[in-house]
Amino acid sequence: MSKSHLELTGVEMAFDTPKGAFIALDNVNLKIKKGEFVSLIGHSGCGKSTVLNIVAGLLQASKGGCVLDGHEVNSPGPERAVVFQNHALMPWLTVYENVELAVQQVFRKTMSKQERRDWILHNLELVNMAHAANKRPGEISGGMAQRVGIARALAMKPSVLLMDEPFGALDALTRAHLQDSLMEIQQELNNTVIMITHDVDEAVLLSDRIIMMTNGPAATVGEDLHIDLPRPRNRVTLADDPTYVHYRQEVLKFLYEKQRKLETIKPARAGKAEQQEKREEAQAARA
Amino acid sequence: MSTLTSSPSESTSASGLRALVERLSIPNPATVGKQLLLPLIGILVFLGFWHLAAPQVNTSLGAFPGPVQVWEQGGQLWQEHSSQRDRADKFITMQEERNQRILEKDPDAEVKIRPYPGAPTFIDQIGTSLVTVLAGFVLATIIAVPLGIVFGLNRHFQAAVNPLIQVFKPVSPLAWLPLVTMVVSATYVSDDPMFEKSFLTSMITVTLCSLWPTLINTSVGVAAVNPDLLNVSRVLRLSFWTHVRKVVLPSSVPMIFTGLRVSLGIAWMVLIAAEMLAQSPGLGKFVWDEFQNGSSQSLSRIMVAVLAIGLIGFLLDRIMLLIQKKVAWNE
Ligand SMILES: Nc1ncnc2c1ncn2[C@@H]1O[C@H](COP(=O)(O)OP(=O)(O)OP(=O)(O)O)[C@@H](O)[C@H]1O
Ligand SMILES: [Mg+2]
Repeated sequence: MSKSHLELTGVEMAFDTPKGAFIALDNVNLKIKKGEFVSLIGHSGCGKSTVLNIVAGLLQASKGGCVLDGHEVNSPGPERAVVFQNHALMPWLTVYENVELAVQQVFRKTMSKQERRDWILHNLELVNMAHAANKRPGEISGGMAQRVGIARALAMKPSVLLMDEPFGALDALTRAHLQDSLMEIQQELNNTVIMITHDVDEAVLLSDRIIMMTNGPAATVGEDLHIDLPRPRNRVTLADDPTYVHYRQEVLKFLYEKQRKLETIKPARAGKAEQQEKREEAQAARA
Repeated sequence: MSTLTSSPSESTSASGLRALVERLSIPNPATVGKQLLLPLIGILVFLGFWHLAAPQVNTSLGAFPGPVQVWEQGGQLWQEHSSQRDRADKFITMQEERNQRILEKDPDAEVKIRPYPGAPTFIDQIGTSLVTVLAGFVLATIIAVPLGIVFGLNRHFQAAVNPLIQVFKPVSPLAWLPLVTMVVSATYVSDDPMFEKSFLTSMITVTLCSLWPTLINTSVGVAAVNPDLLNVSRVLRLSFWTHVRKVVLPSSVPMIFTGLRVSLGIAWMVLIAAEMLAQSPGLGKFVWDEFQNGSSQSLSRIMVAVLAIGLIGFLLDRIMLLIQKKVAWNE
């Protein structure tokens, strides 16, 4: 246990913008143990996705870096599977073929055809989607597509599973259901998971640790909260468990007192109205 | 007993039939009636207007032909074609018989096989035009799709060639034609040519004019692949070819087909113009010859050609649409 499984050290991320460099992250340090379930929480735009993309290798930190099992991360790879916010399934492939594309790529050399087939179906069953194996993403609901996205990521046997608001676009019931299955799967496979969320309850219920990020620009890790709740966890009994409520309050305090967003809702609205106007103008111009 | 066994089978066959009807998307008769009725009314009104207005327009070759004359000329052209065909068949059988006789007498004798020397009919010209347009279009596709993929994948490349595309795209076929003719006659020298020079000239002109929409649409489609899907491809570490084959190409198929349809439409229009100008065999030449002929029937015959050109253009587009529906995932 001398070295951690995944380590971010002194990560700075500067984006080139027309107005000059924009420092999104500044000095982010994070150590994650194997099998840990970590949630990233913070206000919109603070840089959560940026952190995740750096771990995924989709973005390259401008300073500092990310080390996984002793190797520096500088390009994406299937051992760091990503579940994207909008499922990101290929719309022209069936559910089965979407998972197959990943399995084919990762286990081409190590599995026989039959083994790959079984492995694809096994992962679809894990998320309860085997029944829709031959449907296209356009023919299934958002929640189902998200589950396929998770199955595809799990099928890569990743050592780290990265999830960017995986349940953000789902209704409360589907979300609860998927959270429960995710907990079960994670218990079973003991993957390391980094999940971005906006949902305080989701973070407390699922995580071993909650990383709270300060507001950007130059965001960094604000607080690191360890959640010592026994597993398996049950959302109903936990709801009025004092420790659970305490953790929940800690996160809420961080988000709404320490890192309160000072923007009022008005400018955002005005911005939206403006955008709407622009869109209408563009449409009129096209017509 | 028999009713018990027959009723489920009846219901399954009925539901099977319904499923079939749904699959073939045959709407119910009432909507079909409506869908057919309005276009039919449109056509009838047009024919009526044409019939009344045509005699008012006087040309040096007599009054402009109405629908009736055009219809008659259509039949006439078909008849000319059939009788020509008969004569050609006779010519061929006679030639074969003669050759047979020669060979019977002397097995080593060299026999001559000559094609029928008669002038091409209207239908032959249609055939020539179709072959030419398809050849030109296929060549344009073979050039435009891979180039479009390369441009779409590489922003620098795209920036480099974009001005060229914008300049060449609006060039009329009539401007290309002389250049193509000169280049073809200078470079395609062969004692036993596989293709007629006129065929090559028309085809290359068609290609030059029709490849732009496919090229532009392909590159736009390739450049517009959903960034999430590109990230999936990166996470999976797909090789360049797998990436193109499994992600880029399928994703841009709808855009590519939109381009192909526009290209085919342009190809067909350009071909007729090129054939007229270059006097190469095909429908364009038929129109030009009739124009030069100047007989009393010429205008009707040209009108037949005009309608045939329109109808073929329409059919070509429909065929492309059918292929698109088969191939594209978003249909
Ligand atoms: N490619 C980019 N170029 C310039 N600025 C960027 C780029 N990507 C992100 N940013 C900026 O970096 C900051 C962090 O973005 P990021 O997407 O990581 O936020 P987030 O915490 O994931 O937000 P959300 O919760 O809304 O998804 C934002 O201010 C954003 O505007
Ligand atoms: Mg984000």
